[in-house]
Amino acid sequence: MSTATAAPAWTKVRQQPGALARLFDNKAFLIVICLLPAVGLLMTFLTYPLGLGVYLAFTDQTIGRRGIWVGFENFEFLFEDPIFWNAVFFSVFYTAIATVGKFALGLWLALLLNQHLPMKSILRAIVLLPWIVPTVLSAIAFWWIYDPQFSIISWMLIELGIRETNVDFINSPWSARWSLIWANIWRGIPFVAISLLAGLQTISPSLYEAALLDGATPWQRFRHITFPMLLPILAIVMTFSIIFTFTDFQLVYSITRGGPVNSTHLMATLAFQRGIPGGQLGEGAAIAVAMIPFLVFATLFSYFALARRKWQQGESND
Amino acid sequence: MASVSVRQVRKQFGSTPILHGVDVEIADGEFVVLVGPSGCGKSTLLRMIAGLENITGGEIAIGGRVVNTVPPKDRDIAMVFQNYALYPHMTVRENMAFSMMLAKAPGDVIEREVRQAARILGLDALLDRYPRQLSGGQRQRVAMGRAIVRHPQVFLFDEPLSNLDAKLRVQMRSEIRELQQRLATTTVYVTHDQIEAMTMADQIVVMNGGRIEQAGAPLELYDRPGNVFVAGFIGSPAMNLLQGEVADGGFRCQGGAVLPLPPHAPRNVATYGIRPEHLVLAADGIEATIAIVEPTGSETQVGFRIAETPMIGAFRERIAGRPGETLRVLPDLSLVHLFGPDGRRL
Repeated sequence: MSTATAAPAWTKVRQQPGALARLFDNKAFLIVICLLPAVGLLMTFLTYPLGLGVYLAFTDQTIGRRGIWVGFENFEFLFEDPIFWNAVFFSVFYTAIATVGKFALGLWLALLLNQHLPMKSILRAIVLLPWIVPTVLSAIAFWWIYDPQFSIISWMLIELGIRETNVDFINSPWSARWSLIWANIWRGIPFVAISLLAGLQTISPSLYEAALLDGATPWQRFRHITFPMLLPILAIVMTFSIIFTFTDFQLVYSITRGGPVNSTHLMATLAFQRGIPGGQLGEGAAIAVAMIPFLVFATLFSYFALARRKWQQGESND
Repeated sequence: MASVSVRQVRKQFGSTPILHGVDVEIADGEFVVLVGPSGCGKSTLLRMIAGLENITGGEIAIGGRVVNTVPPKDRDIAMVFQNYALYPHMTVRENMAFSMMLAKAPGDVIEREVRQAARILGLDALLDRYPRQLSGGQRQRVAMGRAIVRHPQVFLFDEPLSNLDAKLRVQMRSEIRELQQRLATTTVYVTHDQIEAMTMADQIVVMNGGRIEQAGAPLELYDRPGNVFVAGFIGSPAMNLLQGEVADGGFRCQGGAVLPLPPHAPRNVATYGIRPEHLVLAADGIEATIAIVEPTGSETQVGFRIAETPMIGAFRERIAGRPGETLRVLPDLSLVHLFGPDGRRL
């Protein structure tokens, strides 16, 4: 009976952690294990298809035949291809006009919805409708609206006595292009309007009251208060909108399939057309890869336009 | 400079009345403080003078001109908002110059006015900063600078100090007052803080529930409150207001304390008011049981009970008493306020 064991005050026994517990205490191991699922998913579903697409662009693979590396041959071919250049032109034109339209109308709608209107919440819900309808469904609706024979617009114009014949919406190149742009604007307005409305609601009403007392007219209040304060969110929304519009596929493919005579092919629809129904996987991939510089440009635009402006920053006094 | 007249002004939001016929006369160059608890309509009245709210009834005149239908920018007023409402994307200089820029003033005039206002307010070094980069007190000064560059007829302040810390508030309080005296511009100032009202105003308008309870010079309101509400609102710590009736040769409060009445007091006293600072310690006083002792340094505030009636006293003497101990107090009879059953001063 030694006195040393005779019940000293109880102390917490510091247990040696097991090997597994020590492993999970290792920060590097934890980082790897936590990132693994996300990285795995991204690699499988993003990096691999993208890498494969880029690889295919440099081969002459077709459906059913393994291709060989051909270097820039696909791009050289496309460089000479008027249909490809037409698709490039229409992609840029489509994106530019539709973006301007969406932002002009969307901003206007957002400003309206920001006023005190009766039944404001119902109106906001209605505005969202074009956005929540599946694209293919609205494309089919537009397909009918633009139908050479059964178009409701043609019918109305004739009934009203404004026209004698049906309107040619999608059977000649320019009218088809404008019709598609209009359908895209219609579909894109809600996204712009609701996003900008969220931005508008962050602007303190007292700024408008101060401007009112400072003698600003409604236009001056928009020009000097609303617009500059909305600019950061405007830049984000515009970047997204440009990317979505430039890579648009569903609307065009559902309504015109690139016709008439390839006049309404976007780069995305042309890539699909050449690659899958046409079977020229390498060539289709090359067209898709050719979109990348445009998208990089749009992303850079967002990077620089979104850089926090000086007035948004805190503290620094320089 | 201009006078401001508010005559029988009413305001309703939908069917909810906010102001029930308010009259205020503000003389040229006067500093008037509208004070009252939250929701009393003081800010609404200020915004009606500014033209940010329309007027349901009555009329408001600035410099003799009825402005009911005059848009805010043509009323020749400037307002300082509670949150300052500085334009975050403009520098201090641009904030101050904005109104003159809209009015298409020449560049050199704008620059001169901005410089002058900046000098008055000590903002010279900050002209190229953004509001984000300023402290609360500096933002407050910019908001005032924006107001003074325009040389308006009337300044309107909507609780301008409520976002500042206590020390800065005291400092800005005297700065605003000093500025107003220097510029001699008619000023309407809204606050819920009666100390701000007392220290700054030429005239205080005490509002409650959309009505004016009393208007007058600060000390007049302190010395002769017209009714129970004003008596309780003006003064800190608040006046002891004791309900009860005249009986037993004094005033018997609910709770049992009997307090002496001044000579020739009317019989229909319903509320007995005595400010904490007008209670004195006296050997022949009424016995009171201490509940809490709060020394502030310059004076000692003591919460105590006479019988079951709770009261507060503020004494110059240092009191070392502990809760449960007794002390003897007497009201200074010349400074007792008596109110009738309708709450009005007798």
